[in-house]
Amino acid sequence: MSFEPKIVGFLCNWCSYTGADLAGTSRIQYPPNLRVVRVMCSARIEPTFVLRALAGGADGVLICGCHPGDCHYSEGNYKAMRRFPLLKRLLKDHGVDNDRVRLEWVSASEGQRFADIVTDMTERVRALGPLRIKSDLQTDLVER
Amino acid sequence: MAARKLQIALYWGAACGGCDVAVLDTNEFILDVAAAADIRFWPIAVDGKYHDLEAMADSELDLALFNGAIRNSENEHVAKLLRQKSKLLVAFGSCAHMGGIPGLANLVTKDEILATAYLSNASIEPGNQTIPQARTAVDGMPLEIPSFYRRVYRLCDVVDVDYFVPGCPPAPDQVKAVLLAVVKGELPPLGSVVGASERALCDDCQRTKSEKMVRHFHRPFEILQDPSRCLLEQGILCMGSATRSGCGVRCPNSNQGCRGCYGPLPGVADHGASFLSALASIVDSKDPKEIDQILAGLPDFISFAYRFGLPASTLQRSYR
Repeated sequence: MSFEPKIVGFLCNWCSYTGADLAGTSRIQYPPNLRVVRVMCSARIEPTFVLRALAGGADGVLICGCHPGDCHYSEGNYKAMRRFPLLKRLLKDHGVDNDRVRLEWVSASEGQRFADIVTDMTERVRALGPLRIKSDLQTDLVER
Repeated sequence: MAARKLQIALYWGAACGGCDVAVLDTNEFILDVAAAADIRFWPIAVDGKYHDLEAMADSELDLALFNGAIRNSENEHVAKLLRQKSKLLVAFGSCAHMGGIPGLANLVTKDEILATAYLSNASIEPGNQTIPQARTAVDGMPLEIPSFYRRVYRLCDVVDVDYFVPGCPPAPDQVKAVLLAVVKGELPPLGSVVGASERALCDDCQRTKSEKMVRHFHRPFEILQDPSRCLLEQGILCMGSATRSGCGVRCPNSNQGCRGCYGPLPGVADHGASFLSALASIVDSKDPKEIDQILAGLPDFISFAYRFGLPASTLQRSYR
């Protein structure tokens, strides 16, 4: 069977989740590989969430928030903007390809943009193949 | 008849020996311990062999303090022996608790480590091709040495652990408190971290703190620091905000940032990621390029974030 990537998407309630909703109500087609978790703000996404998703079997993680300047809470997305490059560095040092994680700004009116991002990311992660952290960690417990 | 003496054992796995010294650093108190307890097994200070330990009855010991990580089959073998022979098994110090400094070896592979140590190191005789094997034949006789594992584990990855005493090394006062708690039988629920606070190091740090916005990160020797002001506000990496207190604020009081040896706060799953979150948030910029420049001032961030606990982190190792 061909590999279908599992991607966890953390979408902020105010812009990106609404943008994803718009993609749906506009009947824009995009791959069903994204599992969406709605959060109140992109700043709510602790780096631990991303690590847990990857360790729990996700092949990639997409984080979407309001465009800079548009945050419902004024500054939340800037916190996401600052954490993300450091998180990418941490993942790179863990040997996890940076194409597996992505931070994008999607407004409530950008249904098409959301669909394009999901399509592009799904293809990139598909090309990278499965991330085997979960099975590797299970193996570690039986094979020393 | 005199009360039965407490039967205790101490052991080191993959460790530097600092934890054993921390026990000795309780000074005269250790003599009280020796008077109140029989130290049945303690390789660094007391004579005794593995077969003495093997000869003991199950649960014959009251307390075993295990320091050091699990790096090879010998570490695991003795951990399992102590688990079997002792009523209480305590992961003592950062390495047993979270993997410690040896845990950073999980960023490279076993083969890379062996190649560096035995083949490519500058001090190796040129052309050396010998790497120790777990089993070899010497003069026709089989010789076995402990096998080197693929990665580093915490003590609780290989055996059930009753209590965790954090610290690199645990502060002598905390060592005393833990030993006294065992003697008096005043112990918290199994699985607890003992000998430490439930609050962040910042709560106990006396430096003045105001709003944190950082434009440059510095290594401690690069700037003249203000000894009364929060180190992080001055751009010196300090893990205090993400780290459990209980050490007596040893590092910040010595003008060094906290390195996180007491581990994450209660309820926090990933120490390094929790620090990452706090640290990146205080970068004083809204421009992605500038943010990258400021963050570039953090050399080898993963080793800082997980200095004492890579095997305890969410991803635990490298996946290259």
